[in-house]
Amino acid sequence: MSRLEARPEPSRAMMLASPLIAAAAMLVSGSLLFLFLGQAPLHAFYVYFVQPLTSMYGVGELLLKATPLILCGVGLAIGFRANVHNIGADGQLTMGAVVAGCVALYFDGAQGPWLLPLMILAGAAGGAAWAAVPALLRTRFNTSEILVSLMLVYVAYLFLGYLVHGPVRDPAGYNFPQSKMFGDAAMLPLLKEGLRVNAAFLLSLVAVAGAWFFCRHSFAGYRMQVAGMAPAAALYAGFSEPKNVWIAFLTSGALAGVAGVGEVAGPLGQLQASVSPGYGFAAIIVAYVGRLHPVGVLLASLLMSLLYIGGETAQIELQLPSAITGLFQGLLLFYLLAADLFIHYRIKPSRMAGAVARETVAS
Amino acid sequence: MSDPHGPPRAEPRLRLLGISKIYPSVVANADVDLAVMPGEIHAVLGENGAGKSTLMKMIYGVTKPDAGEIMWEGRQVRIDSPSAARRLGIGMVFQHFALFETLTVAENIALALDEKTTPSLLAPRIRAVSEQYGLPLDPDRLVHSMSVGERQRVEIVRCLLQSPRLLIMDEPTSVLTPDAVQKLFVALRRLRDEGVSILYISHKLDEIQALCDRATVLRAGRVAGTADPRTETAQSLAELMIGGNLPTCTLAPRAPGEVLMAIDRLDLPSADPFGTALREVSLEVRAGEIVGLAGISGNGQLELLQALSGERRTAQPAAIRLLGHDVGRLDAAARRRLGLGFVPEERLGRGAVPALSLADNALLTGYLNPAAGMTRRGMIRRGAVRAFAQAVIERFRVKCGGEQSVAASLSGGNLQKFIVGREIRLAPKVMVVAQPTWGVDVGAAMLIRQAIIDLRDAGVAVLVVSEELDELFMMCDRIAVLARGRLSPAVATGDTSVDRIGRWMGGDFDEAVPSTAAPTPTSEGVAHVPA
Repeated sequence: MSRLEARPEPSRAMMLASPLIAAAAMLVSGSLLFLFLGQAPLHAFYVYFVQPLTSMYGVGELLLKATPLILCGVGLAIGFRANVHNIGADGQLTMGAVVAGCVALYFDGAQGPWLLPLMILAGAAGGAAWAAVPALLRTRFNTSEILVSLMLVYVAYLFLGYLVHGPVRDPAGYNFPQSKMFGDAAMLPLLKEGLRVNAAFLLSLVAVAGAWFFCRHSFAGYRMQVAGMAPAAALYAGFSEPKNVWIAFLTSGALAGVAGVGEVAGPLGQLQASVSPGYGFAAIIVAYVGRLHPVGVLLASLLMSLLYIGGETAQIELQLPSAITGLFQGLLLFYLLAADLFIHYRIKPSRMAGAVARETVAS
Repeated sequence: MSDPHGPPRAEPRLRLLGISKIYPSVVANADVDLAVMPGEIHAVLGENGAGKSTLMKMIYGVTKPDAGEIMWEGRQVRIDSPSAARRLGIGMVFQHFALFETLTVAENIALALDEKTTPSLLAPRIRAVSEQYGLPLDPDRLVHSMSVGERQRVEIVRCLLQSPRLLIMDEPTSVLTPDAVQKLFVALRRLRDEGVSILYISHKLDEIQALCDRATVLRAGRVAGTADPRTETAQSLAELMIGGNLPTCTLAPRAPGEVLMAIDRLDLPSADPFGTALREVSLEVRAGEIVGLAGISGNGQLELLQALSGERRTAQPAAIRLLGHDVGRLDAAARRRLGLGFVPEERLGRGAVPALSLADNALLTGYLNPAAGMTRRGMIRRGAVRAFAQAVIERFRVKCGGEQSVAASLSGGNLQKFIVGREIRLAPKVMVVAQPTWGVDVGAAMLIRQAIIDLRDAGVAVLVVSEELDELFMMCDRIAVLARGRLSPAVATGDTSVDRIGRWMGGDFDEAVPSTAAPTPTSEGVAHVPA
């Protein structure tokens, strides 16, 4: 009988190999799945994972979908590192879109390069303001930031719904719940003509670089890391917990808000009843798959985006059910978490049969 | 409890042959031989980390040896689990008790016994056994209302109910007052006289000399030798234990200066329902003196230390004064800026972040020292952080793989050296140290004590909280006792005795202000030889 044994220190090799092991395991079980669905596994995998990347347009779509995941994921990761759990990025994204959208509609017809930066700032402010509510309640009254931020997501959805059904509904829009299309000056420039990916992707790369610098070199990033790893040590050192909560929520809220701008001033071009298919929630997964590291979040976002897009391609090309997307996401995350176990533990084949003893390293 | 069916005296009850245990990061035991005779109190002596606890865990079936044989009364046995050990007749009293605070004594024991029984059936048996051995215990009492010594009795009585032929006691006196130690020794001697073998784990030489018939000394996982502790001196045993000459530290008399830290009638409820509230605690610590706080953990030490460090704030700002400032409502960082240094009793997770490197752990409190220049405009200056960590490692001879080693990879003693070194290097004006040498080997302990004394000689006001009376008598100018949340008057170390401080640790110091040096009869038998 073998058993798990704690490694004396985390294995660096395993840390790098774990995603590869997870991917390999997913390929194997995916093959079985495709066989079961009556598909040739190799072809199905090609359609799912490679075909989207064979055209410029496909790559553009990949980056487009990855953009809000990166922006939200990077922000959330900063908070998660400090054990501050913002679950409401989707609400902050929505509010960012609302505020930026209102700016765009207010200055409808305006020309000039100032409008877009103003919208981005407004979106960031909107997201940050929405995130400030759980931060305030947490620091003042010690409420659970998880619950408050989550519930505010639905408030934000409903607020957007109210706006597009009422005050900002396009009078010429045949009563569809959506606003007027934004003017050209309110639209993010496309990275390449013919693709839908826009300048928000560049902003997300800036966010990754900024977050990396923050975590690696700033003292505030260090304080937040300590608070997440050892709360008692943070208290001992005199690091302010409220400060960490505020930094985490304002940063992630602002970044989520910018992600909202990227949607409404990008592919949507207007306010609609829904501006996010749940990017803010997927970003939670992305943050953890990326090991709460900004560069990891970037890679995880691209992977997640590929799973979304590949799932769509598979639906169209292979007539597979839409649940296939969720299935593959689930498989990958499951294997990734399982493989992560081996970063901190290793299997030790036991020479003696019998009950697994609780082992503690000699003090 | 006597053992009429036992083998003749020549046969050891327990014999270990070439026992080895290797953990991923450390060799805990290597080729250990040990023989325990019936009716013998056998000491296993060694510094922390010498492999005593691991060896006992293997005898009790908690862990399995990687190599070697265990002979029980002449037969080779394999002990797969604690219940197998108990079936053989082995009982163990652990250093840390596993008792449910909200249950009664009888309920706790009923849960722990292998036989199926009810608390009400057990109660008379508990009474009988506890009276027989002079360990009075009320079976219907709730555990949370009991002192640590009483809780230990619950564990001992639990073992005795199973009529063990070998009783393992893992550092049983580390949590006891000197008076309770005496009562425990009486019970253990009675057990020995009935033929029970006792394995007595300790690093306290005086106790072993007072109690034990034989001693096996472990050093770095190996048997360094066996000895008759009654014919050895404390010095010779210590040298066998550490494998070299015993270092010393010296405390030269010195006139203290002005009051740098004052606690003024501090009342503090405990945050933990089973913690201890502080009541009217007052104390002054002057520049250039070391004040020792004696007392068993759980008498308010945790609460007082949190209140002093700023991890918990007090209602009245003036309850704690640092260098003339009322700091009761300031957080830990603000107090450190005023010149407070603090070494907490927990190293991992409080004094240091386990998963971070020593360099990053230097930054934990080092950022507050402007001279070290570890941060500039909100950015970390890695070079300064590394230099600081390297200096601490060098000055305090921290054994590690360099300043990039992860804190959790260091032994407890080495990490303690690093934390103490870090705090000292921050040049505090007031220093609070909890359990300075807990888990630290004898040589390093002297280094730490001397460093704290040097701090005092440089004019720092030092408060040391420790459970080791010998240590406090070695390094303190004045000593006070914290018992049940109340603080005794602080008396000059030269004007008091281990016996009297020991009595105060029971909470009995109300009439104690005028010096009465007469030792009480209860403490007559303690041969407290300072190591």
